[in-house]
Amino acid sequence: MNVNEYVVVDHVEKAYQLLNQDKKNQIIAGGAWLKLSVKEVNKLISLDHLSLNYIKEEKDFIEIGAMTSLRDLEMNSVVNDLDHGLLSLAISKIMGVTIRNLASIGGSIMGKFSFSDILPVLLVMDCKLYFHHRGEMNIEDFMNTRGLERDVLTHIKIKKQNRKSFFKRVAHTALDFSMINIAIVYDDSFMISVGSQPGMAMLCKETMSYLNETSEVTEEVIKEAVIIALNELNLSSNLRASQSYREVLVKTYLKRGIRQVIE
Amino acid sequence: MKIKLNVNQKEKVFEVEPNEYLLDVLRRTHYTSVRRGCDNTGCGVCTVLLDNKPVPSCSLLAVKADGHEIITVEGIQEEADKLGRHFGDEGADQCGFCNPSMALTVYSLKLENPKATDEEINQYLVGNLCRCTGYVAQHDAIKKYLGDQS
Repeated sequence: MNVNEYVVVDHVEKAYQLLNQDKKNQIIAGGAWLKLSVKEVNKLISLDHLSLNYIKEEKDFIEIGAMTSLRDLEMNSVVNDLDHGLLSLAISKIMGVTIRNLASIGGSIMGKFSFSDILPVLLVMDCKLYFHHRGEMNIEDFMNTRGLERDVLTHIKIKKQNRKSFFKRVAHTALDFSMINIAIVYDDSFMISVGSQPGMAMLCKETMSYLNETSEVTEEVIKEAVIIALNELNLSSNLRASQSYREVLVKTYLKRGIRQVIE
Repeated sequence: MKIKLNVNQKEKVFEVEPNEYLLDVLRRTHYTSVRRGCDNTGCGVCTVLLDNKPVPSCSLLAVKADGHEIITVEGIQEEADKLGRHFGDEGADQCGFCNPSMALTVYSLKLENPKATDEEINQYLVGNLCRCTGYVAQHDAIKKYLGDQS
C-alpha cells in the first residue's frame, strides 16, 4: 500500500472536502481492514480528532459515533440490551479482542465488506446512518446505493427494541471470515438477513413476507420459508465454501433460528 | 513524518512513513519482542498494548498511534515474569515465540476482568495462536496467574 500523505482533520467538513478533491484520497477509520482494501492513496484522512468515539443513550434510540471501536460496542451495557444482545453477540464472534479494539463501527459499515458479520445484524435492527453531506439514510438503502464512499459517515442510530433474536456465523476457525451468517429478530413480525453469500448481506424480504402473513408458524411453514429463502438469496461458491454447502448451512440455521425466536 | 509515542513509559519521537505499520517501526527500532507472524491480524504474535488495550501492531498504521501509549512485554516485565513462572510450572510453553504477545494479552485481561471465567479466558485469547503446546496448559497457567492477583 502506498500513502503519499496522512492528514488529521479537525472538522468533518474538511474531511469531506479532502475526500472529494481527489479520487485517490481516502478516509481511514479504525484501519483494521486497510490491508485488504487499499492499494494506492494520495491523502489518507484521519477522523481521530473529531470526537466520533461515543455511545449515547437517548429515549428511543442509541446513537453511536462512527469511530467507536467494535470492542467498546461489545462491552457496552446499553448495546447489550438491544434485541437481547444481538449486536454484541455478533461483534463478539469477530476474530479476536485485538482486532475488535482496532476496528470501528463506521469502517465496518462503509467498507460494505461481503464477509461482514455486522451488516446482516444492522439490517434487521432498524438502523439509520447519518452522513455529513447526504444526511439520514436507512441501512438497507445504503447497502443498495453506490457512490456513498465519497461522503463521511459521522454516526448511526439504532432504535431501542428488545425483540427475540438469533445470530449464527459459520467459519472454518474463529479467525476466519464467515462462510455464511444469519440474523433474525422477531416480535410481531420477522426480520431476516443473510450475509457472506459470499456476496453482501441482504434482507430476505419474500421469506419475511411469507412468515409475517402466516397465522401460525408451524414446521411446514418453516420448511416452506427455507425454500423461499434459498430462492431469493444469491448463494454461490468461493474459496471459503461451495454454493451447495452454503445452501445446507442456510437450511439448517434458518430453521434453527426461526424455531428459536418463536419459542 | 514525525510521531510521538510513549513506549514503555518513555517518550520517544519516531520518523515514519505514512504507510508504515507500527510493527515495522517497533522492530526497526529494536523492540524485537514484538514478533512478526502472519502480518495480517491472524496470529496475534505482533500484539502490543495501545493505551492498555491489546491491538495487532501489524495492522495499526504507526501514524494512528501518534500521541498514544504503547506497551511491549518489556514494559510489563514483572507481570510477565509472574505469568512465565506459571507457564513453566504447567509446561505451557515451548519455543516461546508467542509468549510476549500472550503475556500482554493476559495482562490486559487481568486489568479488564481479573476474575475471568474459563470461557471468558478462552474468548479473550482468541487470536493468540500457539503452535507448540495446545492451549490446555496455557489456560491452566493463566487461571493460576489470575488467581494470584485476587
